[in-house]
Amino acid sequence: MAEKDVLTGEHFIHGDAACAEGGLAAGCRFFAGYPITPATEVAERMARRLPEVGGIYIQMEDEIASMAAILGASWGGVKSMTSTSGPGFSLMMENIGLGMMTETPCVVVNIQRGGPSTGLPTLVGQADVMQARWGSHGDYGCIAVSPASPQECFDLTILAFNLSEMYRQPVFVLADEVVGHMTEKVIIPPREQIHVAQRAKPAVERSKYLPFESTGPMPAPMAIAGDGYHVHVTGLTHDERGYPVITDAVQERNVRHIVEKVRMNAHNIIRVDEVALEDADVVVIAYGCTSRVARQAVEDMRRKGHRVGLLRLVTLWPFPSNIVRRLAGQVKAFVVPEINYGQMALEVERTAGGRAETVLMGLMGGSIHSPQEIQEVVGQYL
Amino acid sequence: MKRHFRDIVPFDQDSADRAIEEGHGLHPLDEYLKPGRIPHIWCPGCGLGVVLTTYIEAIRRKGIPVDKCVVVSGIGCTGRVAGYLDMDTYHTTHGRAIPFATGLALVRPDLHVTVFSGDGDLFAIGGNHLIHGARRNINLNVICVNNFNYGMTGGQAGPTTPVDARTSTTPMGNAEPGFNLPHLAHASGAVYVARWTTFHPRQLVHSITETFDKKGFTFIEVIAPCPTGYGRPNKLGSGLEEMRYYKEMSEVRNGADPSKAEIRLKGKILCGTFINVERPDFLETYNNLVIAKAQGRDKGKAA
Amino acid sequence: MSFWRLPLDSEEHSIPHGKINIIKSRCKGCGFCIEFCPNGCLRESKAFNEKGYHPPEVIDDTGCVDCGLCTLICPEFAIFTELQEAKKITEEDIQKVTTRFSRKDTRYRKP
Repeated sequence: MAEKDVLTGEHFIHGDAACAEGGLAAGCRFFAGYPITPATEVAERMARRLPEVGGIYIQMEDEIASMAAILGASWGGVKSMTSTSGPGFSLMMENIGLGMMTETPCVVVNIQRGGPSTGLPTLVGQADVMQARWGSHGDYGCIAVSPASPQECFDLTILAFNLSEMYRQPVFVLADEVVGHMTEKVIIPPREQIHVAQRAKPAVERSKYLPFESTGPMPAPMAIAGDGYHVHVTGLTHDERGYPVITDAVQERNVRHIVEKVRMNAHNIIRVDEVALEDADVVVIAYGCTSRVARQAVEDMRRKGHRVGLLRLVTLWPFPSNIVRRLAGQVKAFVVPEINYGQMALEVERTAGGRAETVLMGLMGGSIHSPQEIQEVVGQYL
Repeated sequence: MKRHFRDIVPFDQDSADRAIEEGHGLHPLDEYLKPGRIPHIWCPGCGLGVVLTTYIEAIRRKGIPVDKCVVVSGIGCTGRVAGYLDMDTYHTTHGRAIPFATGLALVRPDLHVTVFSGDGDLFAIGGNHLIHGARRNINLNVICVNNFNYGMTGGQAGPTTPVDARTSTTPMGNAEPGFNLPHLAHASGAVYVARWTTFHPRQLVHSITETFDKKGFTFIEVIAPCPTGYGRPNKLGSGLEEMRYYKEMSEVRNGADPSKAEIRLKGKILCGTFINVERPDFLETYNNLVIAKAQGRDKGKAA
Repeated sequence: MSFWRLPLDSEEHSIPHGKINIIKSRCKGCGFCIEFCPNGCLRESKAFNEKGYHPPEVIDDTGCVDCGLCTLICPEFAIFTELQEAKKITEEDIQKVTTRFSRKDTRYRKP
């Protein structure tokens, strides 16, 4: 059975299916979801594939329950994931907060569509970027990856699982409808070439074990249900033992820990794709399906001799501030095409700190930019 | 951005140890409680401590090792039960104890997963999860402590508050009828449905021990006094007086029709084990139907 | 009322005698144990504990039969009983029990 989890070989599948295959290859054995366009295909693939590898697929009554169920399964010691789109992502926010506070590893795939509310169920959007970062109440660190192809849907879902196990928190795969429904060649490598992070188990005896302490900026190993460590897991502000303590001092430590484990490790988490940045006068910053168009625009302009570069964000959160800050001293402008009213553009503008102009190319959803549009705007700043 | 924060106060292991030395182990059931957590937060006269004790007594009597017991709770006064038990305990978000426990119970069929929560948590904000959990017949033991109001937030009306009852949000009396919880649980598909009050701790222990042997979704409602939130505005008196009311007004009828178990303000309380049936649980069906087919289809292809 | 003989199986049964332990500092004075002790062994003490409640005190230690109801019904883990010894049934015990229940149950009351 286990050999069926990694379907080594070449496949012609869409991004949603590749997310599901990535999850299986990363060791996911529990999926709880709720149908929603355009993420339904992730669940459908999981419903067919999980029983083949002895895993459990369950369709819950809503996204709230789906998110809660994958947290429960994670504490049961099984890697778990769910998939959704904008409206469902909104419903999941409550238990995403619980996952952050209780430091529970799991993966949430969000195939973004146009919003707000029901919006454009079948058409593309990229407007959940800030929701992913700030959507649940309170402060927490956020890790989100953004695939730009079905191949990356596979690769980055595995990365998302690895990061979630390492930093003990929910990790988001922020794909979009275009990538989710795009069918391309996906190469699944042999099992031994896939790096899969395994969950660390506590090495100390029960009386010495502090399930929520921070060692440097890293979380403690996680004792799962039935391990005999008798962990109390609560969404209340808790001390290192996990006991609820409603004081400012404990809140200070608790929140700083869940924020700083991402912030202090940002250099290890951040992945970007740098295209022709060395001498660029204008840099296009893009992610997801938009980055494919941007790449085409940049390559065309380079061929014509223009000094244009592309910074493709593979991880949206944490944001690669250091790279953008460095580039801000070099370039005249950052052009940020994205399918929203300016979400990543805000982050770019903030990081650029006024040293380079930030130009938003916003689309409200339902269509993608054309390379010509991007070239036109970039041309204005050369 | 420059950042200034206060210094972090590190965990004080010594004072935690001292707190444990001072009070832990005085009572024989202390070995089932997380060290240093008693006294609990519940008001004098509250019935939640009784329910906690009966659960401990049930696992003690069944001889189930605590490492095999898991308690998942929601939010509210009852939600705090999880924090006191010395086992793997999960205090989740409001209303979401059942879906959280669903995930846990499905991947760990070797564990006894009990959901402890209040009537507001399980039947208002979590009502949908409860009926679907019962419909799927997930292997969970649900213990719902019903005190007819939202106690933690200061005695507001809830889904079980009877008509005409006064609470802080129904100062002229409640206009809505309350849910009949056993009837709802039964209609949703629970395989075991019982109701007791905190005046019936022995029967409650017996019921909880019975649910440990049941495969599937079991539901026990425990009527508990809430002198602060519900007793005072309704002139029911102290916790003790509410217990006297249970003694006088409860009627034990095992096997009774749960549709007749509605509770009115100061009215009769029908108690007993109402439903005890067998039905394949989710995992059994999933393993026999889905996994077997998925893996059988695989063999078919190879041949 | 007296009986002309002990019940035939009285040798097979015994009356347990329990010791009541009260952890006064934990008590919140709800009064459940005092009210529901089937043998009426407890009463509210005059003294206060550190929390300001009146914990129960034992009226008569000989009355406790280690039934454990107080352990179960105490919400605070503040009282428990321990089995001390199991003593043989005497005629006196039978009489005591009968008298107790005859007050409530008319079936056993003499006309």
